[in-house]
Amino acid sequence: MSLTTAHSVVAPSANSKRIAGAIIIAYALISIVPLLWIFATSFKTPPDSIAYPPKIVFQPSIEGYCNLFTTRTRQTPEYINSLGPATGFCDETVRKRNMVIAGPSNFLPRFVNSLIIAFGSTFCAVFLGTLSAYGFSRFKVPLADDLLFFILSTRFMPPIAVAIPIYLMYRELGLSDTALGMILLYTAVNVSLAVWLLKGFIDEIPREYEEAAMIDGYTRLQAFWRTVLPQATTGIAATAIFCLIFAWNEYAFAALLTSGTAQTAPPFIPTIIGEGGQDWPAVAAGTTIFLVPILVFTILLRKQLLRGITFGAVRK
Amino acid sequence: MAEIRVQHLRKAFGDFVAVQDSNFVVEDGEFFVMLGPSGCGKTTTLRMIAGLELPTGGQILLGGDDVTMLRARERDIAFVFQLFALYPHMNVRKNIGFPLLAQGMPSAEIRTRVEETAKLLRIDHLLDKSVSGLAGGDRQRVALGRAIVRRPKCFLMDEPLGTLDTEFRDLMVHELRELHNRIRATTVYVTHDQMEAMSMADKIAVMNHGVIEQFGSPREIYDRPATMFVADFIGSPPMNFLKFGGGLTKGSKEIVVQGAKVAVPEVREDVAPADMALGIRPEHIRFDDASKLRGAIYGTEYLGTTQIVAVETADGIIKARVPAEIRLNAGDHVGLTLNSARLSLFEKGSGRAVRTAIHDTAAERRAQHG
Repeated sequence: MSLTTAHSVVAPSANSKRIAGAIIIAYALISIVPLLWIFATSFKTPPDSIAYPPKIVFQPSIEGYCNLFTTRTRQTPEYINSLGPATGFCDETVRKRNMVIAGPSNFLPRFVNSLIIAFGSTFCAVFLGTLSAYGFSRFKVPLADDLLFFILSTRFMPPIAVAIPIYLMYRELGLSDTALGMILLYTAVNVSLAVWLLKGFIDEIPREYEEAAMIDGYTRLQAFWRTVLPQATTGIAATAIFCLIFAWNEYAFAALLTSGTAQTAPPFIPTIIGEGGQDWPAVAAGTTIFLVPILVFTILLRKQLLRGITFGAVRK
Repeated sequence: MAEIRVQHLRKAFGDFVAVQDSNFVVEDGEFFVMLGPSGCGKTTTLRMIAGLELPTGGQILLGGDDVTMLRARERDIAFVFQLFALYPHMNVRKNIGFPLLAQGMPSAEIRTRVEETAKLLRIDHLLDKSVSGLAGGDRQRVALGRAIVRRPKCFLMDEPLGTLDTEFRDLMVHELRELHNRIRATTVYVTHDQMEAMSMADKIAVMNHGVIEQFGSPREIYDRPATMFVADFIGSPPMNFLKFGGGLTKGSKEIVVQGAKVAVPEVREDVAPADMALGIRPEHIRFDDASKLRGAIYGTEYLGTTQIVAVETADGIIKARVPAEIRLNAGDHVGLTLNSARLSLFEKGSGRAVRTAIHDTAAERRAQHG
């Protein structure tokens, strides 16, 4: 409908606007300062990062990033001097600390693991969630209410409460420390959320659309694909973000079940601190990079997300 | 195009019987309207013809083929939904062309067909617009376009004008009928609005509680209602019922109602004593001071060309439609005469008309199909 909802709310006065603005700014500061601090720390040198009082103004350096992506060995100054000229900034910085680059660190593969596992499990959860939500929404499923309650009930317990049994099962099944194992696990945790969220969205889409498409000569699957999915994008985007945030940030299972090849970034980042003193800039650099994908994904989908979160509040 | 034949159609949802034993034939090229109050089973019947619901029993034949259990997409029909169901993520052109895309028609041909259809409906200037910005009437035309673009065997419409405002609705009623006259497609149209039904239909089926109460032309339905429900549902204000007890004897020419003798055409057969009702439409009542059927005027509704006068009689309110010029005051005592040619007789228990008693139905039928 082309009707625009008339807001009967009285326009806020200049004063209350100012108060609201102040509250928002204060809240934003409280939320953003830690992030800014991490971002700033990632560009500090290790001595600057532990300086007291903390340095607000400092000479930026990418040493933290160098340390994040490399492993280094301590060498004697004589040995270092005997080497040829430094190849690039990182090499130079490291040599100043009497070290040489021994090779790449595990950060990149761990980060890639995180990407694969988080996006993979999000895709699976949203895919399964969309189909089951559609099924529950459109068909007479026997015991539908009980099944939906069962699906919800899988969220009643904090997932970590079943950590030990899952650890044992995964060891038996050979799923420990595999990307597949982690994708399955995160999918299992997220799928209930996906079903419930998406069912709400799909219920809102009148079934006349599919019926029209089916009469117009399409199969149910085609009708679903061409008429329901395009209208469910808001819900799917919102659900995907929730699933991704969980899978991306999950620490406990990742720490327990992955240690090597399938380790994700969250359990890896704290281990950086142990390599050669308290290397806060490297940890901060790892955290900063870790924040990027979720930030990009959320910004890309923010329109859908906003509409998704407030859905049902405004009738179209 | 094709004829639709519905035989012993039945649909039950658990214990609730939505449609029971429906039988009717929609002839090729006919505009057929299913009319009834909400929940009467008209939409369910339509959805069964479309293949969106499967019947519990009975048969649906489309152009002679049994399609009872076929999927919707295998029936070659078009459906116009009450809420139009235009795909919001497609523009007008894509919406209209959507059924052709399913058939795998080449895009150049789709283009031509869509443009032809849009021209027919006078929406060719809207083709590249988004459907969400369209006005109600244009949305309706796009929905119609999507239906006719495919040249299906028949059109099914589920209260397609229900969401339009009155002004637009009258316009669309006219347009729909005009469109039908041009393309002569078999159409099944569901509505609860008797004006829509009367002004568009070739044939009407009046439904109530899952049963077809009457099937016939608008004229038959209005003039010779088969049941008291139809008499009451059709017409505004509805038919008046004058209750009386007792039977009829063949050859008599009057019925006693409220102590007044009402002239009827010669009674053609004996009717056993029972609770009966004499039905008369408001426009077939005249004021006549000599009449024994009397009452006091309760109120009037002035409608410009006519006025509806409610007269309180011993047996309740009787509404008469009389010329607007007559000056009347509330409380005036008036006598009423009924046009004996226009009476209907009902048996109150079953609610069914006892048509053969006062009308030469065989002769009427001969005259109609003359």
